Amino acid sequence: MKAILLPVLIFLVLGAAMGALLAVASRVFAVKKDERAEEILACLPGANCGGCGFTGCAAFAKAVSDGEASPTGCSVGGAEAAEKIGAIMGVEVGGMVKMRAQVMCSGTSEFARKKYIYEGVPDCVAASKIGGSDKLCPNGCIGLGTCVAACPADAIKVEMGVAAVDYTKCIGCGVCTNACPRGIIQLVPFDAKHWVGCKSEDSGKKVRQYCDVGCIACKLCAKNCPEKAISIENHLAVIDYSKCTGCDVCVSKCPRKIIWSGEQQGKLGLVIARIPEDALKEVE
Amino acid sequence: MSEIFMIMFAAILTENFIFAKFYGICPFLGVSDKPSTALGMGMAVTFVMTISSAATWAVYYLILAPLGLEYLKTIAFILVIASLVQFIEMFLRKNIPSLYSALGIYLPLITTNCAVLGSALVNIQEGYNFFESVVFGFSAAIGFTMAIVVFAGVRERLVLADPPKAFRGYPILLIAAAMVAMAFSGFAGMDFTR
Repeated sequence: MKAILLPVLIFLVLGAAMGALLAVASRVFAVKKDERAEEILACLPGANCGGCGFTGCAAFAKAVSDGEASPTGCSVGGAEAAEKIGAIMGVEVGGMVKMRAQVMCSGTSEFARKKYIYEGVPDCVAASKIGGSDKLCPNGCIGLGTCVAACPADAIKVEMGVAAVDYTKCIGCGVCTNACPRGIIQLVPFDAKHWVGCKSEDSGKKVRQYCDVGCIACKLCAKNCPEKAISIENHLAVIDYSKCTGCDVCVSKCPRKIIWSGEQQGKLGLVIARIPEDALKEVE
Repeated sequence: MSEIFMIMFAAILTENFIFAKFYGICPFLGVSDKPSTALGMGMAVTFVMTISSAATWAVYYLILAPLGLEYLKTIAFILVIASLVQFIEMFLRKNIPSLYSALGIYLPLITTNCAVLGSALVNIQEGYNFFESVVFGFSAAIGFTMAIVVFAGVRERLVLADPPKAFRGYPILLIAAAMVAMAFSGFAGMDFTR
């Protein structure tokens, strides 16, 4: 009998002692938690995409409650989440625009010329280490899908050698903009009506040598824009999305046919990328 | 003194926990994808293993041995280690927040790790005294850290490799681990007594 009772007794005492130790410790070493962090966490989408620059939604919520991050930092939650977080933090949150990712390159395999045939690891970062990738254009999409792998929403596909974002799936987190070694993916307002499908900052002469659909900085779009929404910066047309009214003038004036236009489709107001078919034929 | 150095070298190289004894394979494969996370895990293991070696030695020789309950050491050690790690976690969170955030998620992960329990049991098996036990726990953990960091370096290269489809993921990982373990078996013949 003693052989059984003694171990049971010892373990009861040992267990109770350990339990008591932890119970006391949890009181003595209690750390005050910011309740706002948990409230903020409840407002966030919980995708843990990392687009805000923090390791996850919990880390972002903590940073906001500590005053280290802006309540508008979550691009996925958008205006709705920002407003709720602002209410918790007691600050006014200005209008926040829903964003989407846009690949600023039109140089599909038929338009952009290559300098060699790349047969290495299928990864843009690896390819960009070898003579700056196989594309002659130093700002063209490498098309090996580093952004595809990085996208938490499975919204990017590589088509004809250029990455394309599916706007119905894009959550606007911005992870791809950091993943792209060329930095040619940008966040644009979700309802941006026109955008320039090129990121080349070389002179027109050079661009003509390596791509049929690169911006040559001819300034035709800037001169003809009735809203003065387009400017030329570093040999590249840049659209001010807040001024753009979507009048399509630049689309028709661009000799390289690289100003793209989005159209609202259906009640969802989704923007579907479209390039005029006749424009493509002209380039060919 | 040479005794202590013998224990240290044996624990780190010839009797390496991962490559020779195959303890702690789970964190070894789980958190070795980047050298930085591997180092974090290694640091947490070092911390816990050193402290648990001391605590389990005390529990065994002060409580279990006098009462003739040696056969219950495994369950007693699990209990002691788990509560000890919990306690340390609370203590660190309050008093040394920087260390708490550095060890982070790894600390609770290894409460019931077999490498930690293994070091406690080996201490008893080898009949180490208190000081030797602490040194053994510390050095075994250093060996663990070295192994996991070395393997994280190997894994970084593996990412770029292009193995056949059937070998992708864990199969090629286990093969790579076996090769590193074989390389480590070169230490097995070394005798530190001379």
